[in-house]
Amino acid sequence: MTILEAPAEVRPEEPAGPRRTEIPHRKAEVGSRRDLRSVPLDDKFNVLGAAAAGLALATLLFGWLTPMTGFIGWLVISFIGFLAIYAVLSSLRADRLTVSERIMTALFYSAGAILLSALVFVLGFTVVRGVPALVNPNFFVETMKLAGPLDPLTMGGIWHAIVGTLIQISIALIITIPLGITTAVFLNEIGGKFARFVRTISDAMTALPSIVAGLFIYAAIITLVTHQRSGFAAALAISVMMLPIIIRASDVVLRLVPNNLREASYALGTTRWRTVWTVVLPTSRSGLVTAVILGTARGIGETSPVLLTSGVTAELNLNPFTGPMISLPLQVFDFVKSPEPNMIVRGFGAAATLVLLVLALFLIARVIGGRGPGQLSDRQRRAAAEGSARDLRRIEASHVLPPITFDARDADVSGRSVRRRPPKGNPPADLEDRVAQRAAEPVSTENPTTEESPS
Amino acid sequence: MNDSVTEVITSTPAAAEPKRRSLKSRPVQADRVFRTVCYAAGGITVAIMLAVGVFLSGRAGEALSAAGPAFLWTQEWSPETGSFGIAAVLFGTVTIAIIALCIALPLSLATALLISEIVPGRVKSMLISVVDLMAAVPSVVFGLWGVFFLQANVIPVSQWISTYFGWIPVFAVTDASGAHVTEAGAFTSSAFIAGIVVSLMIVPTQTSVMREAFSQAPLGEREGALALGSTRWGMIRTVVLPFGKGGIIGGTMLALGRALGETIAVVMIISPIFSINWQVLKTGTNSVSALIALRYGEASQFGLSALMAAGLVLFIITLIINFTASTIVARSRSGAESN
Repeated sequence: MTILEAPAEVRPEEPAGPRRTEIPHRKAEVGSRRDLRSVPLDDKFNVLGAAAAGLALATLLFGWLTPMTGFIGWLVISFIGFLAIYAVLSSLRADRLTVSERIMTALFYSAGAILLSALVFVLGFTVVRGVPALVNPNFFVETMKLAGPLDPLTMGGIWHAIVGTLIQISIALIITIPLGITTAVFLNEIGGKFARFVRTISDAMTALPSIVAGLFIYAAIITLVTHQRSGFAAALAISVMMLPIIIRASDVVLRLVPNNLREASYALGTTRWRTVWTVVLPTSRSGLVTAVILGTARGIGETSPVLLTSGVTAELNLNPFTGPMISLPLQVFDFVKSPEPNMIVRGFGAAATLVLLVLALFLIARVIGGRGPGQLSDRQRRAAAEGSARDLRRIEASHVLPPITFDARDADVSGRSVRRRPPKGNPPADLEDRVAQRAAEPVSTENPTTEESPS
Repeated sequence: MNDSVTEVITSTPAAAEPKRRSLKSRPVQADRVFRTVCYAAGGITVAIMLAVGVFLSGRAGEALSAAGPAFLWTQEWSPETGSFGIAAVLFGTVTIAIIALCIALPLSLATALLISEIVPGRVKSMLISVVDLMAAVPSVVFGLWGVFFLQANVIPVSQWISTYFGWIPVFAVTDASGAHVTEAGAFTSSAFIAGIVVSLMIVPTQTSVMREAFSQAPLGEREGALALGSTRWGMIRTVVLPFGKGGIIGGTMLALGRALGETIAVVMIISPIFSINWQVLKTGTNSVSALIALRYGEASQFGLSALMAAGLVLFIITLIINFTASTIVARSRSGAESN
């Protein structure tokens, strides 16, 4: 190809004065927007037709032609029928490549659908089967102390198991949060040979089967030291399970903290400890909270370590150190061992309570963990802007410029006001403007990577 | 290294050759405390882990030395009479895990590709949340579902498979005399049903590892494949899957590790037996973790030691699998970055 030089055009006379950006005048007609994504009509019809044909084929096979039975078999047959008929229908209008592309896309979508429906079905099944127990308010406030297997659902409840779960998970969190996050900080901020060793060990710890963790606590603590099962032993077993999960998740979160924040902090002459406390941890706060909450959700649902360590009881036990203390998953396991239908319904009710608890924790984690490190919410950004304005006032107050006064208590700020209490009441609406006017240069009061000063 | 107080030794101007400044730094008090606390936390973590390992192997030693190498191939489990081994339970564990993998592998591979390649932004983050939520569902809930719903609905499928594929020895269901059995009672509580339930529990682990590996496939090569006229599936087959191979293998092995250690759902479904059962559709199987969960209560000190030995074997197996998996995943990641 030869590239022809474009003939020099006669430029229109430029208007005097500085050049400005102009929106070019459109001469050509703008047609309607072309649709690049949607599926052609006949392909839509192919999907619908194949689905209908697959269902019909399976129903025909199961109902009339062959002695096959069962819901799952029916689903499998109709899915295979759908795929085959869809392939045939597509091949009428398209080539081999397109047909395989469509079949594979259909397979991917159906895998996602299977997963989604399995999750919804498992959770929904549990909740629906548990409804007869859940509708009785006594289910949440009574214990099984006075209720036998044959008693109606209006007697007895799982209050003791709920309390047991909360006590055990609290103890486990008290152990694992400081230990886990400090270890993660150690892995990220200090490093070295020993840190690599610790990382290897904590990776190995994730491989520990939960039942073996329970067996360890049972053999080491219960048979040797306390000689009785207790809530505390169960909490220890849960801690052994949760610790590597929390270390790993926090490690990943801390690794995401941008290195230039750390370097900026060191460049200002801070110690390593203050860098971690005022830069690294606040920056990754939402991620750390998410890691802890997801670890909690895993820990709450663990049955096998608790099975060996906590013991089964029908009474409320508030003391984690003596006597058995049951938790929700173990209560579910215990209820459904009974052949009585009422006990099984109670089991489903307890399982539904557990599921709702996990779901609530999960939603909280999603809400908090939606942001990456360093991203601030509106409130945090306002606080950061306020902090910057305050710093500016402090600098002005200790230098030549006369201070801005809008509050008597803030007029005489000293040079050490970093840790001062925040000003009471709202700052005046035009604060930003006044600050900008006073300063020799306009100062950006909003810096998304600046955290609010430590309180 | 990065310490705030740097000792500066000033040299006198009279000296002909100025002394070298000492670059040694001395951490301030707060930093020393911080370092100590951090080292202590790491040390405690290691200590807990070592305590588990040392205690397990120490207590297991008693039973292992009593049983000798026969521990590996004895099928029955009666520590009281001195005849016990993990052949049957380990076989059951592996059977359940393999069945779970056979179901979970295609499911998670397709889901991971769906999430990373096909669906747009909002649906993508919703599906990621769904997978994460699935990982957080307690195993006792999956167990309930398996016992009270799946069991009854899977038995016809099992019957169908054993009727038409019974000529494959694994799928046959025979009684003691070798005759084929078809009544529903012979198909309950089988390794197949336990495997299906376990597969649902390992899919999330597998999917998220694979998804991360797929999303690292280089954009340039994807666009190259598309520009050469390949379809989306062609691009996935020639670019994404080869790049994500390490992720697929590593994720599958991590899932295998989880499947081997799964306890409660398996305990709820299976009916434990202590002999090797090749017929996966037939009633009766076992697993190491189920053995521990069912036998720990009535065990004597020696029985407990035997259970410890079984737990130790399980732990060593999952440890090897996990380390291999993370090595594979890490290697595949570094390979993708260098391109």
